Amino acid sequence: MPRFVRYLAPLVAFIALAGLLYKGLSLDPRRVPSPLIDKPAPAFSLPLLQQPETLISNADFKGQVTMFNVWATWCVACRQEHPLLMQLAKQGVRIYGLNYKDERDAAKRWLQMYGDPYLANAFDAEGRTGIDWGVYGTPETFLVDRQGVIRHKHIGPLTTESLKSEILPLLRKLQESDG
Amino acid sequence: MIPELGNFALILALCLAIIQAIFPLVGSLNRTPDWVALARPVAWGQFVFVSLSFGALTHAFLVNDFSVLYVAQHGNTELPIIYKISAVWGAHEGSLLLWVLILSGWTVAVASLTRNLPEEVVARVLSVMGMVSIGFLSFLLFTSNPFERLFPVPVQGGDLNPLLQDFGLAVHPPMLYMGYVGMSVAFSFAIAALIGGKLDSAWARWSRPWTLVAWVFLTIGITLGSWWAYYELGWGGWWFWDPVENASFMPWLAGTALIHSLAVTEKRGAFKRWTVLLALLAFSLSLLGTFLVRSGVLTSVHSFAADPARGLFILIFLLFVIGGSLFLYALRAPSISRGGGFANLSRESLLMGNNLLLLVITALVLLGTLAPLLYDAFQWGKISVGFPWFTSMFVMFTPLLILLMGAAPLTRWKQQDPAALLRSLRLALGVSIAAGIVVALPISSGSMSAGLAVALSVWLLTTLLTSLQQRLKHKSGIGGLLADIASRGGRSYYGMWVAHIGIAVFVIGVTFVTQFDIEKDARMSPGQEIQLNDYLFRFDGVADHKGPNYNAQRGTVRVFREGKEIAVLHPEKRTYLVQSKPMTEAGIDAGFMRDIYVSLGESLGNGDWAVRLYYKPFVRWIWLGGILISIGGLLAASDPRYRMRVLARLRGSRPAADNLAAEGQA
Amino acid sequence: MKWLRLLYTAVLMVGCVSAMAAGLEAFDFSGNVDENRYKHLIIELRCLVCQNQSLADSDAGLAHDLRREVWELMDQGQSDTQIIEFLVTRYGDFVLYNPPVKPSTYILWYGPFVLLAIGLLVLLRTLKRRGSQTESGFSAEEQERLKQVLGAKKPDRK
Repeated sequence: MPRFVRYLAPLVAFIALAGLLYKGLSLDPRRVPSPLIDKPAPAFSLPLLQQPETLISNADFKGQVTMFNVWATWCVACRQEHPLLMQLAKQGVRIYGLNYKDERDAAKRWLQMYGDPYLANAFDAEGRTGIDWGVYGTPETFLVDRQGVIRHKHIGPLTTESLKSEILPLLRKLQESDG
Repeated sequence: MIPELGNFALILALCLAIIQAIFPLVGSLNRTPDWVALARPVAWGQFVFVSLSFGALTHAFLVNDFSVLYVAQHGNTELPIIYKISAVWGAHEGSLLLWVLILSGWTVAVASLTRNLPEEVVARVLSVMGMVSIGFLSFLLFTSNPFERLFPVPVQGGDLNPLLQDFGLAVHPPMLYMGYVGMSVAFSFAIAALIGGKLDSAWARWSRPWTLVAWVFLTIGITLGSWWAYYELGWGGWWFWDPVENASFMPWLAGTALIHSLAVTEKRGAFKRWTVLLALLAFSLSLLGTFLVRSGVLTSVHSFAADPARGLFILIFLLFVIGGSLFLYALRAPSISRGGGFANLSRESLLMGNNLLLLVITALVLLGTLAPLLYDAFQWGKISVGFPWFTSMFVMFTPLLILLMGAAPLTRWKQQDPAALLRSLRLALGVSIAAGIVVALPISSGSMSAGLAVALSVWLLTTLLTSLQQRLKHKSGIGGLLADIASRGGRSYYGMWVAHIGIAVFVIGVTFVTQFDIEKDARMSPGQEIQLNDYLFRFDGVADHKGPNYNAQRGTVRVFREGKEIAVLHPEKRTYLVQSKPMTEAGIDAGFMRDIYVSLGESLGNGDWAVRLYYKPFVRWIWLGGILISIGGLLAASDPRYRMRVLARLRGSRPAADNLAAEGQA
Repeated sequence: MKWLRLLYTAVLMVGCVSAMAAGLEAFDFSGNVDENRYKHLIIELRCLVCQNQSLADSDAGLAHDLRREVWELMDQGQSDTQIIEFLVTRYGDFVLYNPPVKPSTYILWYGPFVLLAIGLLVLLRTLKRRGSQTESGFSAEEQERLKQVLGAKKPDRK
């Protein structure tokens, strides 16, 4: 009996490997999770998209639960999630935008054409604030609580699925908690 | 109409594969000769139908039939004919069809070239290959059908990925697949032997040439891929430890262990369990590679469009094939008899060390490739394992392998007196250490690595020469040498000889180009000159140039050495008409001892361009090494003792007698 | 919709692979920043868009930005460690092309040596077992049994 068992080793190793590969099928190897979760939002100070003379900073997020959405006109997937953002805005979610490495006029036209769900848009022409927030692809959406701490990062376009299962419940929780 | 026929042919092939998988195997166990006799004709039938199917897809590309979805995605009317053909295997579905075609090709090869093997053995081997066919044909038909239609029919196709519009890359997949699929022959032989319960030197002798040829194809495929990456990707890299590259390297490593293990089993009847396991492992790694490349589980610049649903299908297939084979192994292994014993110092023990070391290296590559997945699955954080990790690990383990490689040919079978071995190795040790020190003398980090590489290569060369000297001791002159090469068992030895030289050449190439290459990024204006090492580069500006299906900006760089012009290079930035992102074509002056390599960066305005200049010493030795290894493998596979049975049959003499005579040979 | 995602991936891959040599910026290395140090550092960082390329090799927009960032930080006098820390704070360990050596990555860094040790153990055990074997392939215990079985008969053969 013991001899037979010894020769089972390769099979056992393979089954373990297969298990790992099976798990891998449900994971996305391209996702880079953010190390900024549960850390204070990185400081920034940028001109507004619509009024370049005015500055917006992360201090403006304090006191409220905020959704910070990174987008650009050259980003095709941003178009996909846009209707959902409009919906959220209508439901009263405070959405600020980070217009990432974009062209001012093009961005303004885009918002005019498709609708503007944002309370305000920070204009990050060179992407430096994006780097501070760990942005590596658009669209990305952050949820920031009342104290200005990042609580969630959603990578890729928002979907009804992710809204239902992650974003909306978290928003509710953050709203109810004292920040 | 023709695509539908192609689809139908695949369905017929699947039916035949099912017959091929079941009847001969059952017949061999039940002793039903009619069922056993089905194996060969059914294998041929499958080959015919798969070929028809492949022909149908090729036809669709050649006539620009964009009503076929796959052709619409990857074909184009402007594509040159040779690339219309290579587009057939340029993406997922078509490449699978190529896989299946090559599998049925190997199957009929086995069916035709094994006339002298016992019929039950051949039946079982073909049945196992039939099972693999079932898996791949089902995968094709149910999840990745290349014959799916598209309505409305587009006017123009999506075009073949421009990167693939290249001869090297057109030939690279077929070579690799010949290797991957060829490993299934050794696999099938192993399974057949496990089922039949007869694992002996005869089995090893039957398997060995098939395995060698498959391994050679794999070597060629990997070498081609590396060479292609070097000249096509634009900055002189030739290996990136990318998951898909590793997926081809692991079967190669296991295959190398396998061919060495087969040698021992054939000669001494030892290592049977190891050899069987390695045969199962080599093909399993090929299949694993298929999974990794097509499932989306790992990020890679090479992978086909990833699809977890398809990945699941392949994974289930893997569970059956690999799980089933390993289970069979566990059942049968205890009753496999041990072969001849051997002493602690003997060629067997050194080859066992070699086997284990190769397996450790394979496991290491697997670890590094799957580590990101492992960490992500257990939520230990997201890490990435890249070139630096792989290279440092590989470089740490390989010298040990090379030491063994040098010592083993000089070590006797069964038992070797350590003192005698040391005596024969004395010269090699002395010369290699001396050579290493000489090269390492300028004590820089580059020279130390180069010194080690030179020491190892000289070690290999000197031990090979010592071994040759010992072998030819009783033969004289060139005549003696030629006679020895032609003798039975001769080509096996000289194959090893050439292949090991290939390794030495490879080691020199890799180390020298890594340590001593010179690279310069420069902003150049037309007429400007830059000196790099002994070479003077003059940038003569960039002009527009039109190709068959692309527009290019073509630079001219003149290279001078000691005042004489030695090359005019034309690095290009090409924009293929169907896509907007430009691609770089490097300008290369190839040489045996060095390459001069120039690539264009961005245009900086005013006719100025960012240009990258490289001096790459010994870089061609990398692929020269690969070619030598392949030649060695082919030489070994052509050893007359594998063919003597055909000759014996022609001569009408009894194969059994020749059998015994051959088994006594070195 | 799913094949739209596949299309994005394909485009992304072509983009990442095709324009590799164009990762050249005209940075000024005459001042604070040592060209070699810069080159060595960007080889050790990973591009997050084209994930299997180092920051040195990638032509992605983010790669341009990050290279510029690295250069600027070097220009400001920051050390390699500080620059790496800057990036890891924002992007996590994933941005390191070489995984850091810390307890969670011990498997990766020491794993191969553990495997080598196991290989050595297997080798030694196999050799020891073979040592008690004779030419006929029987182990010592099997030889004993054989002697016992044959001992009953008259040994008229050698």
